[in-house]
Amino acid sequence: MHKLKWKTFKLLTLLLYGGVFALSGCAASSAVDEMKEKTKETNTSETGDTVKVGILHSLSGTMAISEVSLRDAELMAIEEINESGGLLGKKIEPVVEDGASDWPTFAEKAKKLLQKDKVVAIFGGWTSASRKAMLPVVEQNNGLLWYPVQYEGMESSPNIFYTGATTNQQIVPAVSWLLENRGKKFFLLGSDYVFPRTANKIIKAQLRAEGGQLVGEEYTPLGHTDYSTIISKIKEMKPDVVFNTLNGDSNVAFFKQLKDAGITAKDVTVMSVSIAEEEIRGIGGDVLAGHLAVWNYFQSTDTPENKVFVEKYKKKYGKDRVTDDPIEAAYFAVHLWAEAVKKAGSFDVDKVKKAADGIEYKAPGGTVKIDGETQHTWKIVRIGEIQPNGQFKELWNSGKAIKPDPYLKSYPWAKDLN
Amino acid sequence: MTKKGWLYWLFFLALFAAPFYLTEFRLSLLGKFLCFAMIAIGISLIWGYTGILSLGHGVYFGLGAYCMAMYLKLESSHGRLPDFMEWSGVHQLPWFWKPFEHPLVAISSAIIIPVLLAAFLSYFTFKNRIKGVYFSLLSQAVVVVFVTLFIGKQEWTGGTNGLTNFSTVFGFPLSSPFTQIILYWITVCLLLLIFLFSRWLTVSRFGRVLVAIRDGENRVRFLGFNPTTYKVFVYSLSAAFAALAGIMFVLQVGLISPAMMGIIPSIEMVLWVAVGGRSSLIGAVIGAIVTNSAKSFFSENYPDIWLLFLGGLFIGVVMFLPNGLAGVYQSFKQRKGQREGKTHEAGSHVSRSVGGF
Repeated sequence: MHKLKWKTFKLLTLLLYGGVFALSGCAASSAVDEMKEKTKETNTSETGDTVKVGILHSLSGTMAISEVSLRDAELMAIEEINESGGLLGKKIEPVVEDGASDWPTFAEKAKKLLQKDKVVAIFGGWTSASRKAMLPVVEQNNGLLWYPVQYEGMESSPNIFYTGATTNQQIVPAVSWLLENRGKKFFLLGSDYVFPRTANKIIKAQLRAEGGQLVGEEYTPLGHTDYSTIISKIKEMKPDVVFNTLNGDSNVAFFKQLKDAGITAKDVTVMSVSIAEEEIRGIGGDVLAGHLAVWNYFQSTDTPENKVFVEKYKKKYGKDRVTDDPIEAAYFAVHLWAEAVKKAGSFDVDKVKKAADGIEYKAPGGTVKIDGETQHTWKIVRIGEIQPNGQFKELWNSGKAIKPDPYLKSYPWAKDLN
Repeated sequence: MTKKGWLYWLFFLALFAAPFYLTEFRLSLLGKFLCFAMIAIGISLIWGYTGILSLGHGVYFGLGAYCMAMYLKLESSHGRLPDFMEWSGVHQLPWFWKPFEHPLVAISSAIIIPVLLAAFLSYFTFKNRIKGVYFSLLSQAVVVVFVTLFIGKQEWTGGTNGLTNFSTVFGFPLSSPFTQIILYWITVCLLLLIFLFSRWLTVSRFGRVLVAIRDGENRVRFLGFNPTTYKVFVYSLSAAFAALAGIMFVLQVGLISPAMMGIIPSIEMVLWVAVGGRSSLIGAVIGAIVTNSAKSFFSENYPDIWLLFLGGLFIGVVMFLPNGLAGVYQSFKQRKGQREGKTHEAGSHVSRSVGGF
């Protein structure tokens, strides 16, 4: 009996689904039309006196330690704009979402911000993986994403503005400077993921072209903490420079063990691309003292805009907080967007994109300008030496802003890379 | 049974009609959760029914998803080299990528590869009578191996970024709401089929052997059954469900990366089943949907402290509902039965879990 009823149930279900399928087939197309109607009606969030923008960073998980301060900087910039009267007569209303250090979550939340909240722009992301996850979403929904972190280049989406450095505004000038000032023998060390691998490919091509010598190349998994083997290799190879693309906790382990092994900045220069003031706080300035990093902005950068920025940030979020390159890039991204909106006279994505070309803004790190063709930013490159107090002493800067070249088209040696 | 049947029926009907009452965004979320529900059914089969705790189902999910993603990536590259290969210094499509140009090859290998891996793995462990916590640890090790491999072979797999940015499937644009609705319905159908099949399996003689293996593997062996065969079969079956889920996940979410096959997602999968009630198929489905909906709901409304709510939910369920959400229904029914003075047919744990809901 038990079985019989179960069978009837199955049969009934199948029959019903057949029916529903047939019905829904007809209904689906009308549903789609309806949905389109719905989206048309509320295509923007410019209702009333406010306009919504999305802020999408990891507020939990491994990346939270870095990304929370980007959210703070963006909220501060939005507050500034609102205090000075808003944009086109409207106040900006930030919608904050948590990407949770999880790439599908970034895609999900980006979709939510664009489709449900109808935000006119999203400021967000840190890792390349999170950007790659959001890219198809913003392209399909014709959204606008402002990505504020240095990255490996080789990308130029029509719906993303990149306010962090691409490779020719960070890695390439750093390698040239090192070859001139520190020596020819390079040791490459990185975490095992896309950014270090791509960066090192570029560095190797550049070393070949500019007469450098590669003595070692090592990758460790993210979160790796035992560097004794690699440090003994460094001891053995005696490179002039260790080019460090490690990310996250690994840096703490690597630099502490390097110091314990008796290797100081006088013996080997370690040049890092992912260690800024925020990370130095975690590792300790005394451990890192004398080593180098390359960025477009330091908290110590001496401009009138930066004085105001640092003071304001500390006043708002606490005396012990520091500012750094990604924080600055996140901050001026909001202002660049606001300038573009003002110029366009509209929040419409296509109009803002068009208006953005050539827009300038006096950022804390110096004047930045949007390059309309690549949607990257012109930025000044700076190399700094880490001081025991956790700040940078600038050793060199490029003087003027460097044109972004994400595909390294203007470098003959980079031809084979793409 | 009839009443229960009606409930099932209503539940699936509600799922089927979702495109009519949910917005495009909510629908895509539900589609994703239903993929997770497929995995949950598989885990309920091996964990709740057979007593094998696998903390490595992310691998089967990931492999299925990657196979499908390879096809999608090739289709969206229009005969050119996929973008990540270009910047990783690969000049020619690797030989093992070539067959994935054909959708049928991609879909069938998306299921066959994970199933073969699961069968291979489980055969050698179960044959050697490795079980319990040792098997769980082993399944974790497999996860680590695959995640490391997929990140390290960036030029073949896209590294940590994974495979993303697809445009079309069989020529239909993935971004169009119509394609998304069709994909959603396919997901519901697959979930229903998986559910009916598993249901049939668990009420059959086969299902009783599985429960017997859980409760006393040696006795089953003395009775003349070979537990290894049963365990290998059911483990491979759950891998197939996870792989199917992977295929539908990639189609609807448009993204797969090693992070999604890692240790944390693998453990999360077990958590969904624990919340729903591990020895109940429908409980597992509901657990996957409820847990993930709660995650979305909390994180949207309280982006700063949502993890606390989610943690609270898990602790609450484990402390007060040891048999998960399905256990609530069971005890409610039992109490009602006692009040009416009837002895409940499902007195013992064994027959209760075979009963399902």
